[in-house]
Amino acid sequence: MRKAALHVAAGVLTLAAAAPALAGENDPLIINGQIEITTRTAAPAHLDGHLSEIRSGWTFRTDETQVMQMDDFDNPAMIYVDAATDAWNTVEGSADKSCASCHEGPESLAGFRATTPKWNAEAGAVWTQEMYVNNCRTERMGAEAWDWNGQDMRNMTALLASVSRGMPVNVAIDGPAAETWEKGREMYYTRFGQLELSCANCHEDNYDNLIRADHLSQGQINAFPAYRLKDTNLVSVHNRFRGCIRDTRAATFAVGSPEFIALELYVASRGNGLSVEGPSVRN
Amino acid sequence: MRTALASVVALTLCVGVAQADTITPEDVMFDYGEVAQSLTGTPGDAANGIKVMTNRGLGNCIACHQVTALEEYPYHGEVGPSLDGAGDRWTPEQLRGIVANAKEMFPDSIMPSFYKRSGYIRVGDAFTGKAPANESDITTLLTAQEIEDVVAFLVTLKD
Ligand code: HEC
Repeated sequence: MRKAALHVAAGVLTLAAAAPALAGENDPLIINGQIEITTRTAAPAHLDGHLSEIRSGWTFRTDETQVMQMDDFDNPAMIYVDAATDAWNTVEGSADKSCASCHEGPESLAGFRATTPKWNAEAGAVWTQEMYVNNCRTERMGAEAWDWNGQDMRNMTALLASVSRGMPVNVAIDGPAAETWEKGREMYYTRFGQLELSCANCHEDNYDNLIRADHLSQGQINAFPAYRLKDTNLVSVHNRFRGCIRDTRAATFAVGSPEFIALELYVASRGNGLSVEGPSVRN
Repeated sequence: MRTALASVVALTLCVGVAQADTITPEDVMFDYGEVAQSLTGTPGDAANGIKVMTNRGLGNCIACHQVTALEEYPYHGEVGPSLDGAGDRWTPEQLRGIVANAKEMFPDSIMPSFYKRSGYIRVGDAFTGKAPANESDITTLLTAQEIEDVVAFLVTLKD
């Protein structure tokens, strides 16, 4: 009984403390009272004539969803970061190594999420985080590759995002990555499926509008992987793409396909200047 | 038994007649976005038009349009303009054209083309995310009669 009363009191206190922070779309996002997140900023130059301001999906969510991301204790995605931290330190594969054997702490990879997807000169292709992780597993650890959309991989991308939180997204779109980026841009403006909808139809022309009960965002991926309340789990970038294209009544592309790698680079570049924010909380 | 048989025959006849009078998507004549001729020759049923407009699996029009007369059906989106007064702004022929293929009236519109069945990029088998076994099996988003039903409702939207 006393315990319950205390609990309620604590709840009221938390609420009271959080109340001024309950955020509108113009309020700042500060995680754990210390990591400042840029959720609105000037659009990168390549979006001239398309968007003047870019906005994190966080600015479109309800107060209740927004506040879950302001403290790691309230962020349901953090248990997956913890699981990935364990995996990080676990020796696996024929080389008797863990991630930590080569990289020490995960913080050593701060900045990695902010600049991927990126050109991998050795492979002669644009690589996502998943491809780098699997390359380490198969080539350096002698372990099995993880499924792109499997729980282990989603957890690890959440850990990699978390150590870059607050850093500006800054993917390169020129040089050897330009060709892939251009493919991604073309896809972004292609009207797929029987509903003939492009990414831009909703996320460039109609962000901030309601479609049925959904408040359309700019479709930014700076905050991925995202914990979706609807799925009660982490959602990868490619899985989100797959769902959106399916919803246009189209034959969608596969997770990990060259098309989605190109689209990921392009969509990431539309968020150049926003902060890395993952793992985030979304509805 | 005899009644059952009779009604099967009657039904077959009905379908036969409807098909004979139904204009296929390929044969619809647009004139500056409007379609003069009924797609079926059968007058539209406004009550069914409401069902089509509010049902997610059918027209789902209110996903994008606010309509005061349909307030009891949540939730109304704001991607397109409110349809209040649409029956004053547009003739029935224009409304038929807009619902059948809005891109004839509003080039590049985000509004889906409800009476069309080919010419898509990577068309899927409904919402499965998969390609259809045969692209020629793709059916229009709404049937010809459903379009007529929606038009019958839209003309009642007067200020
Ligand atoms: C994806 C969003 C979307 C859906 C779904 C949609 N529309 Fe539209 N509709 C629009 C937009 C946007 C316009 C404005 C024309 C333009 O600029 O493209 C429009 C225009 C119209 C107009 C003319 C509006 C006026 O009075 O000026 C009518 C009538 C209309 N729609 C009816 C419908 C009906 C009926 C349905 C369902 C069968 C429907 N719409 C489904 C987006 C949509």
